[in-house]
Amino acid sequence: MKTDNKKGWAGKRGNNVRSDCFVEIELTKGKGIKFSVQSKVNSMYGQDINDMIIIMCDFFEIKHAEILVEDNGALPFTLAARFEAAYKKIRPDDSREFLPSMNKNNFYLTQKDRMRRSRLYLPGNEPKFYPNAGLHYPDGIILDLEDSVTPSEKDSARYLVRNALCSVDFYNAERMVRINQLPMGLNDLKFVVPHNVHVILIPKCESAITVKDVEEEINIIKAMNNISAEIYLMPIIESALGVVKSYEIASASDKVCALAVGLEDYTADLGVERTNEGKESFYARSAVVNSAKAAGVQAIDTVFSDVDDVEGLRASIIEAKALGFEGKGCIHPRQIKVVHEAFAPSGKEIEKAKKIVLAFNEAEKNGLGVVALGSKMIDAPVVKRAQHTINLAILNGLLTKNWEKE
Amino acid sequence: MQFKKNVDGRLVPTEVNGQKQIPFKGVDKFKSSGKIASPPIRSCADYPADGNKKVKSLKDALKKAGLKDGMTISTHHHLRNGDQLTNILFDTIHSLGVKNIRWFPSASFPCHSHLIKYLKDGTIHHIEGSMNGPLGKFTSEGNMKGIGVLRSHGGRYQSIQDGEVHIDIAVIAAPTADQFGNANGVNGKSACGGLGFALADSEFADKVIVVTDNLVPFPCVPWQIQGNNVDYVVQVDSLGDTSKIVSGTTEMTKSPDRLLIAEYIAQFMNEAGIVKEGFSYQAGAGGTNLAVILYLKEIMKAKGIKARFIRGGSTKYLVELLEEGLTDYILDGQTFDLDGVRSMRDNPNHVMTTPFTSYNYHGKGNFASMVDAAILGATEVDINFNANVVSHSDGYLLHGIGGWQNCLYSKCTIIAVPSFRDRIPVILDEVTTLCGPGKLIDVIVTERGIAINPKRKDLLNAVKNSSLPIRSIKEIQKEVYEICGGAPQKPNVNKKKVVAIVKWVDGTVLDSVYQVVT
Repeated sequence: MKTDNKKGWAGKRGNNVRSDCFVEIELTKGKGIKFSVQSKVNSMYGQDINDMIIIMCDFFEIKHAEILVEDNGALPFTLAARFEAAYKKIRPDDSREFLPSMNKNNFYLTQKDRMRRSRLYLPGNEPKFYPNAGLHYPDGIILDLEDSVTPSEKDSARYLVRNALCSVDFYNAERMVRINQLPMGLNDLKFVVPHNVHVILIPKCESAITVKDVEEEINIIKAMNNISAEIYLMPIIESALGVVKSYEIASASDKVCALAVGLEDYTADLGVERTNEGKESFYARSAVVNSAKAAGVQAIDTVFSDVDDVEGLRASIIEAKALGFEGKGCIHPRQIKVVHEAFAPSGKEIEKAKKIVLAFNEAEKNGLGVVALGSKMIDAPVVKRAQHTINLAILNGLLTKNWEKE
Repeated sequence: MQFKKNVDGRLVPTEVNGQKQIPFKGVDKFKSSGKIASPPIRSCADYPADGNKKVKSLKDALKKAGLKDGMTISTHHHLRNGDQLTNILFDTIHSLGVKNIRWFPSASFPCHSHLIKYLKDGTIHHIEGSMNGPLGKFTSEGNMKGIGVLRSHGGRYQSIQDGEVHIDIAVIAAPTADQFGNANGVNGKSACGGLGFALADSEFADKVIVVTDNLVPFPCVPWQIQGNNVDYVVQVDSLGDTSKIVSGTTEMTKSPDRLLIAEYIAQFMNEAGIVKEGFSYQAGAGGTNLAVILYLKEIMKAKGIKARFIRGGSTKYLVELLEEGLTDYILDGQTFDLDGVRSMRDNPNHVMTTPFTSYNYHGKGNFASMVDAAILGATEVDINFNANVVSHSDGYLLHGIGGWQNCLYSKCTIIAVPSFRDRIPVILDEVTTLCGPGKLIDVIVTERGIAINPKRKDLLNAVKNSSLPIRSIKEIQKEVYEICGGAPQKPNVNKKKVVAIVKWVDGTVLDSVYQVVT
């Protein structure tokens, strides 16, 4: 560690930057705090920005420094993250954290078997996408510390993601973070585990040990912070070896809620082109579905990377659904609606599910152990699947919550 | 400078550039009386019998028209940001040593930043029209000699009729014209669509000069501008940069948040019962507005209905509706792309309108109030449903009013705005500059929810069981203030120095724009 580092910076500068800022801090000797702020929103929040800089200097006991802020409309959580990241480049051993207060809407919890049809990836170091991401109602949002963040931005992104978990309202979407590959990913956890993260995505997972390492680290941080809420794991299978080990991975911990497949890296690993037909990844996808189901967790499909090709996306989801996947990664908010529509059950499926659920309820009411529909016996997994279909139909507005009474 | 409070509590000057002003009295409360202003009587005997009104240059035409200090010169924004004629016009006026011109454009564009030097050297005294981009900045910082006057397109027509503005010389850029002065905008390399904004000028100005880069033998048809109102015709090589006059294609927004707003609007219009057989609405050319057209199209197709007419802002998206039989007519005030120009030229159901036909305050009726819904933008709105379209929250004047104020009269006026931009909240306690009274604004649609003006109980009732995010405006504001870190400071302006006034459609003064303290 360099202790002679007097200057640190973080954030983005330039004319095309939006909703972000650049902060540079240089520690000086005996001149007090001097700062210069150029802000696009100076006439509206100039005072607020100045106040925040002073508060943060007090908090980190910065007594003498020259501070430069170039602001293109960064929200307070971003400004604070940039300041802290810049400061910690000078003092990486300072363990104090300047945390935004937890948004009152951000205390909701998740469930292991909640619906995960769509999960929207947000690049970890791009704050402009955060505040409105939840408005498109994905089932989950993923703050990504891995592939979307360049190596030089990894540190900055951690502070930003941490602050976003505290202050940004994602409107009831499941709060997920994709950490880096281990071992770096283990260091990401302390930035997110204390701030009501629901699911940790483990990229390029190739063994049960990786899952256990993540779980263990989470447990340590939870214990230190007195956290009781469950945090689930979603390993991503992105390699030939990962596919081979997928059952071991899916069953490594009861915290694993879903197994996802990532095909960009997988096809690279095979040394083949990724095609739209996807013959080259058919085995991997089926294997992941099979392992997930064998372990009793959800199977989640890869992303569809052509944002403009809505019909291609729809076709890929219909295929995924047929293979047994229950969710799809999204790289653009406009994909969410298509994903939800394509995963929605058909009218015929809904009608069948309604009959099964009604028959089950009726049998239960009458204390019958065996459910029959017509001449067919209905067992528990069938009822479970029918209930799932009903839930999907309600979520898609195809059935009302009170459908049984109607 | 003396001020009076108008009915909405805004302080407005009682005199501007030597002309007495009437403070805003409320929507439809003020009606001027007397006779409509008129141009001097002329006789055809004074014009060439062979109809050839061509003169050798613009300079020549201006001299013949009697150009002198202090005159009012009008131009039009049909060429939009590709307009070079207006710049050449003032180069010429400057070369003749003429000063203190009142420039009366129907709108200005960033290309007109060329004129800042003439505002500085006294060639131009002040602007009455719009002050966009660099001209707005120049004005806001208190650099213009006179006080700017901002009017809507309809208000511009009204000001001419009321004699508030007497045009000495109108200079009309014509993509096609004949030697008699008949002109249109649908043909020629600089084709821009309709020339409706120049109608009043052609009829009321003392002298009218038509400048064209496509002179055709008589008759030039259609004659959107009638040569019978024209004094001189000037032929030039080029009127401007054709790539900026109309865009090759207009592009819909790709922003997921704006698309969400557009989707909410279309769904709202449908659930509120507006989208039905024979309905009408006002479209625009902004990215969000174009997306609304596409969402409405889906709904119309699904319901098997069509519109009777759509008011444009025409674009390829609107033309597609016409050509696919989803509307009987386009009534078009301004044409934004090449498909729009082609359609206006070739399709009799794509009809050019003028501010007189569309929304003239002194007309015997108002098309704008007959339209079922209008979708408009704004820089800011406030919790009383007032809206601002000319200035930003930092106090800078950056946009014109266009037809915006006039379109507020529709049966359901919808303002489409993001709830905040970067760290700039859009819903304030009070708009920086009042341009549209809340009385006329029915719905504000943001990506965070739809706020319906409480006075529109019928609309509230129509969507009470909707799955749409119907919220109170204060609730959306509160959420956005929390995101942005509290209510913003007020802009730092010098309340003693008015740099421009905003007129209402009836000629009264709605608000003042103040000098920004830099």
